[in-house]
Amino acid sequence: MEIRVNPTRMELNRLKRRLKMAERGHKLLKDKRDELVRQFLILVRENRELRERVEKELSSAFASFMLARASMPLEVLEEALMYPTRRLELQVSRRNIMSVYTPQFQWEAQKEGEEGNIYPYGYADTSAELDTAIETLARVMDQLLELAEKEKAVQMLADEIEKTRRRVNALEHVMIPRMEATIRYITMKLDENERGALTRLMKIKDVVRAKV
Amino acid sequence: MPTCKIAVVGDRDSILGFKTLGVATFPAADAAAALQIFRQLVAENYGVIFVTEELARDLREPIAELNRRFLPAVVPIPSSRGTLGIGMEAIRKNVEKAIGADIFSRKEG
Repeated sequence: MEIRVNPTRMELNRLKRRLKMAERGHKLLKDKRDELVRQFLILVRENRELRERVEKELSSAFASFMLARASMPLEVLEEALMYPTRRLELQVSRRNIMSVYTPQFQWEAQKEGEEGNIYPYGYADTSAELDTAIETLARVMDQLLELAEKEKAVQMLADEIEKTRRRVNALEHVMIPRMEATIRYITMKLDENERGALTRLMKIKDVVRAKV
Repeated sequence: MPTCKIAVVGDRDSILGFKTLGVATFPAADAAAALQIFRQLVAENYGVIFVTEELARDLREPIAELNRRFLPAVVPIPSSRGTLGIGMEAIRKNVEKAIGADIFSRKEG
């Protein structure tokens, strides 16, 4: 299918320029897509492994919490965990992957009170299971934040790849063939006009010569 | 560098321990309550939101919407009742979206 235009030389030149531009854009976008996919595959593999590990460790942390809950009354448990000794601060920077900006996190636990003590309670009323649970959870937290970073990047890359692929396909299968068809149409029309003019001239020449 | 906060949304049992780590916890009984909390968290500039898979299951659309932005990052985590495989499912979906086929399909599954 061709674009509806006036079959003039000016239009033809414009179309040829546009076609060249479209072909260059198509090549660049194709390169972009290939590189995005390469980066994506690296990230997604890491993401899978990380998630598997995190889910396993988190389950074990939850299991110890269940034990802790079973071995002490709920009110005591909630009271013990009421006032945290730390505050987790997150710093966000941007990472540029093929001009897709993904967040990167840096975190730091701000300790309040005793140095290095992650347990916000005295040991008198609480069970040992709770200590284990909190220790596991503290370990998992680092990986969880890493997971958040990776998963976000994977998601954003997937969106970008989809968008780029659509653009590549639109150029390759719609825009470029359409322009080529139109260029063909205009050249044929112009050629036809030229032939028409030529035959007309010859005919007139015959008529004029016959009169003389 | 801008700083931001971390939140955990889920049922009471699952989020209990996170509080000790200095993470803000928000108990949510069902998806509707969680959605309400999400809105509040976005307005208050939270950077990372962990949400239990049980809630994430019913909030796929809002979570996908949030994840298209730069921040926050919404991450499904297993709850205290175990994993539903939603996090893995999300990764698989992303692979399908990007590559066009699930190239990491499980051999054992």
